[in-house]
Amino acid sequence: MSLIPAVAVAGRQLRNGETTAVRLLEGVLERAAGYEAQVHAYLTIDRERAMETAAQADSDLADGIDRGPLHGIPIALKDNMCTRGVETTAASQILAGYRPPYDATVVSRLGAGGAIVVGKTNLDEFAMGSSTENSAYGPTFNPWDTTRVAGGSSGGSAAAVAIGSAIAALGSDTGGSIRQPAALCGVVGMKPTYGTVSRYGLIAFASSLDQIGPLTRTVEDSALMLEVIWGHDPFDGTSYSGDYPDPKTGLERGVKGLRIGVVKELSGEGYEPAVEAATAAMVGKLEGAGVEVVEVSLPSFEIALSAYYLIAPAECSANLARFDGIRYGHRGEGATTEALMARSRAEGFGPEVTRRILLGTYALSAGYYDAFYGQAQRVRAAIQEDFGRAYQQVDVLVSPTSPTVAFEAGARTADPLAMYLSDICTIPSNLAGHPAISIPVGVDDQGLPIGFQVMAPPLGEEIMYQVAAEVERLAGFEVAPSLQQVAS
Amino acid sequence: MPVEIDIAHVARLARLDLSDEELEGYKHQLGVILEHAARVQTLEAGPNPENAHPLPLVNTFRDDVILPSLDRDEVMESAPETTDGYFVVPPAMEGE
Repeated sequence: MSLIPAVAVAGRQLRNGETTAVRLLEGVLERAAGYEAQVHAYLTIDRERAMETAAQADSDLADGIDRGPLHGIPIALKDNMCTRGVETTAASQILAGYRPPYDATVVSRLGAGGAIVVGKTNLDEFAMGSSTENSAYGPTFNPWDTTRVAGGSSGGSAAAVAIGSAIAALGSDTGGSIRQPAALCGVVGMKPTYGTVSRYGLIAFASSLDQIGPLTRTVEDSALMLEVIWGHDPFDGTSYSGDYPDPKTGLERGVKGLRIGVVKELSGEGYEPAVEAATAAMVGKLEGAGVEVVEVSLPSFEIALSAYYLIAPAECSANLARFDGIRYGHRGEGATTEALMARSRAEGFGPEVTRRILLGTYALSAGYYDAFYGQAQRVRAAIQEDFGRAYQQVDVLVSPTSPTVAFEAGARTADPLAMYLSDICTIPSNLAGHPAISIPVGVDDQGLPIGFQVMAPPLGEEIMYQVAAEVERLAGFEVAPSLQQVAS
Repeated sequence: MPVEIDIAHVARLARLDLSDEELEGYKHQLGVILEHAARVQTLEAGPNPENAHPLPLVNTFRDDVILPSLDRDEVMESAPETTDGYFVVPPAMEGE
């Protein structure tokens, strides 16, 4: 099978005539045909439409119309982003067959940037989960070991990029849903500052936490993709309208003289020795490259997970009230409108979504609101304060992305709390609304990838990418899943 | 600290028509999760949580001008049942 290049490399090849958008697309479709049966990264592949846009991208380039770094690049979209006329399910039965009448803003931006949408990738239903096992259409498996999970909830996007059935992908990150699957699948996953990428057309889970971001093979690709998708959007009331940094400027700068904080609370019990060792090794290499390393303590991180599992379900219970079998989606039987709604929802939602709706409804209900939701919001503010204090001392914070490597499929499905603990390192950045990125830094003794997380202050994408690029150089990690080595 | 949950009441509020057996299962799981979540109560006199947004945003408004919107027929196509541009539902109240 043909080699799948990074976005930046493919872009150069397209412009010097070494390849075409159609050939790039054929390459990723060939990979999808070869690996989908084992990996199941996609829910929908829109071959015909993709071929048409690729042919158009080629003829545009031949006519001197260059739409930028994503021109002609085959990209996958997590299936919770609306695509006009193309089935969008959020991996839920309640949206089976739903064809949105509009494109999400990110989809419009990718289109304007000349990108080719290959298809829609699998996810945990409504992005609720950490393994992509909660999909109503069956799980996604890890290309490095198909008995293991791809992580989640953007597991389909992460697996597609790892195996090369897309050159890059978009995911959404509410508590780590881009970074954790990126770590488990050995690719780069990035969650931007809250408010910088429009949520218009992203099927809402927890609106104060959700953020769309790129999954890519390299750090440079991540920055290139971010530049295309972010920016102010009047269709999103929380969209940031001030100045945006240039995420690319720091990529080649190195890290000499920077101060990096190692988060004390994101280590210890529950962290696999191989993950801790890889994290420590990378911190050592960074020190060798000229950074000053400081251990910092952010005590509120100890209760961040608890706060998250009140705030996110509370918002989800309100957001998912719209799925009632009346205007779109699955409709059950009922003698009254209310009975019809309750039946449609019971039939349409899977167990994890049902659980979170119940949890959120409880946390917001009379008598419990202050003790649970109100208190969780105070924890959230405490996390922002702790971050603020840390950033007076250091430029960025680092930690593992996930306390473990990819776990066995089925291992945590019966224990929701164990599954929730997968997100312990990623959740604080969502609660604070800060940017963070996961970069693969190595594998454990079973050959499973390990991710390293770099967190930065709001709108700190430039310095975040600056450090991430150095981490990537120091790690020298190759995205080469074992499945790919066996098959090719 | 065990958490008290009237799960049938919560399911009613959430408009979820679940069986007694399902309710019992969710009640148990919610109990375990809420016991963990109750750790938020260990935070002493915390800061003011008024603004959860990391950037200094205030209410956003736009000018009151008519802009193109979605095509109604196209939107209605997604509905399970419609008539003359309306959504069709069963009676709102029991009886008749």
